[in-house]
Amino acid sequence: MTKTRTAAAPDSSASVQPGKAPTGIAGLDELTSGGLPRGRPTLVCGGAGCGKTVLGLEILVRGATQYGEPGAIFTFEESSDELAANVASFGFDLPGLIAQKKLIVDHVLIEPSEFEEAGDYNLDGLFIRLAHAIDAVGAKRVLLDTIEVLFAGLGNKDILRSELRRLFRWLKDKGVTAVVTAERGERSLTRNGLEEYVSDCVILLDLRVEDQISTRRMRVVKYRGARHGSDEYPFLIGDYGFSVLPLSSLELVHEASTERISSGNRELDQMLGGGYHRGSSILVAGGSGTGKTSVAALFAATCSRERPALFFSFEESPAQLIRNMNSIGLNLAGMEKKKILRIISTRPSGFGLERHLFRIYQSIEEFEPATVILDPVTDFGAVGNKSAIRAMMTRLVDHLKTKGITALLTSAQGTLAADGSHADSDAGVSSLIDTWIVLQSFEVAGERNRAISVRKSRGTAHSNQIREFVITDGGLMLVGVYRDAAGFVTGSAREAQQRHDAANGGGVANNGARVPNNGARAPKTSSRRPGAA
Amino acid sequence: MSRLKEQSLSTCRDPMALPAGGGSALADGDARDFWELRLYVAGKTPRGGVALANLKRACEVHLRGRYSITIVDLLADPRRASADQIVALPTLVRRLPVPIKKIIGDLSNLERVLVGLELKSRPVQG
Repeated sequence: MTKTRTAAAPDSSASVQPGKAPTGIAGLDELTSGGLPRGRPTLVCGGAGCGKTVLGLEILVRGATQYGEPGAIFTFEESSDELAANVASFGFDLPGLIAQKKLIVDHVLIEPSEFEEAGDYNLDGLFIRLAHAIDAVGAKRVLLDTIEVLFAGLGNKDILRSELRRLFRWLKDKGVTAVVTAERGERSLTRNGLEEYVSDCVILLDLRVEDQISTRRMRVVKYRGARHGSDEYPFLIGDYGFSVLPLSSLELVHEASTERISSGNRELDQMLGGGYHRGSSILVAGGSGTGKTSVAALFAATCSRERPALFFSFEESPAQLIRNMNSIGLNLAGMEKKKILRIISTRPSGFGLERHLFRIYQSIEEFEPATVILDPVTDFGAVGNKSAIRAMMTRLVDHLKTKGITALLTSAQGTLAADGSHADSDAGVSSLIDTWIVLQSFEVAGERNRAISVRKSRGTAHSNQIREFVITDGGLMLVGVYRDAAGFVTGSAREAQQRHDAANGGGVANNGARVPNNGARAPKTSSRRPGAA
Repeated sequence: MSRLKEQSLSTCRDPMALPAGGGSALADGDARDFWELRLYVAGKTPRGGVALANLKRACEVHLRGRYSITIVDLLADPRRASADQIVALPTLVRRLPVPIKKIIGDLSNLERVLVGLELKSRPVQG
């Protein structure tokens, strides 16, 4: 069994955990530290249309196909054909699996109008059906979807409750991993209090519509005797079935590379004390027109020379991006052709956050980049509130770090206000970010000039200077620090200063900054610190 | 039987009068002449025995000479449980006359048995 598993599910953790039945569903196994409690029932509850049935079916189908655990499906609502049709779109061949005796489906049809109750009874009929189905395929997993239908069909609730209690005990004795779905109740987890009987593991599914965008979320409410993520995690029912998007570990266990990679600009590398760390996360923050995309594209182009880079553009189409970057001397089209760079453009408002996140994950799986650019992450403000974006970014950055992928995110926020404080929060990612570069555009003496500074860079001896930079046909150019008596000068004032210095044979200003063009780190003496104009 | 026939549906007001002949046969025409009944049980259980005894008694009173009872032991033939959509045990199934009717329980509530078999109309609620 272990053999089948490792072959079929390379993505899940390395081995089957003792006492766990892996679901094979991306994210869910991480969330539950290895899967559902083996040999015990798990309750999946949620409102109508939440995906309870799909989740249950997928756990059974993956059990049968990936882990060599046949399954018995008891459907109380949909017929076998309806079930098969519902999951065929995810590539699950229910009829095929039934033919191969990997799955068995029994449709338990209960029509309230059909029954008359006359005296004492028990649910032995159901027990016999379960036992028969389990024996027929040697089932290790059982799905009961939705056993609550019994509450509508049978009048004697006392009998029903004691029989359900007996049923779940019986399932445990049988040692099958059972998934039991139930409708969400108004005040309790389930309408009929099934959580009373199935209490080993409870998973809650939720579908919410906020700002006209629906998001699906999952929470492991309870997992007896096991560590589990207790947050709400977005999930998707996508082309390949279910996927939950924590994918981040519960601990900070990222490898920390000391290897440096170039930003694509020698002076910027020097400001960073030798470039970015490989596998780190970089935030390039700046208002519109400050050159964020240029800094990002330069980095992507530089990285792709060694290993593939993936550029997610949320504002420009690939053609636009290629044209615009051509103007600063970057031939992205050629790199795309060589398949060392891929540009994926999507409109943020096109779909909900978790679908974005999922597509990003999927593209990363497919293309296996060493560098990922997201330009800009602040555009997600259109499809989610701040906390949702922060959660998404946390997961994404964490995921990329775990995979050792260098990430560069651009943000229209997170720049410095005039007084040096935060202008705004930066999609909530700054604490996750290793290197935070701030781009500014400011008006001085009838010109608009750009400046670049490193606001933070973990683990590097970085410059504290604010440097002017210009975007030319040949790319980015960081200009040396020029000061006059009043401070940092830029643009034509700087040019004038340059000419002045040249005439005077190296004046006060240039040396005054002490660290010339190629200085790696300026001393952090406040009197020397150049300020923005 | 002739006494039963004389009573109309509406005259059956006192369900407590059952089974002493207070029930009313809805019809006894050709189509309803024969009653094919199946009793599903799981092996030999006391409850199954009680159900069979209750059923026989009711049939002798109300359907003498025009019924058959087949006992289906699901332990011996478990496939029949899903084929015949059995969940609770014991279950009495009226195969004939159509439509199929199901009555679950040990059939100790004769009133309910007769209602379920449509040998008696459902008492008016409230």
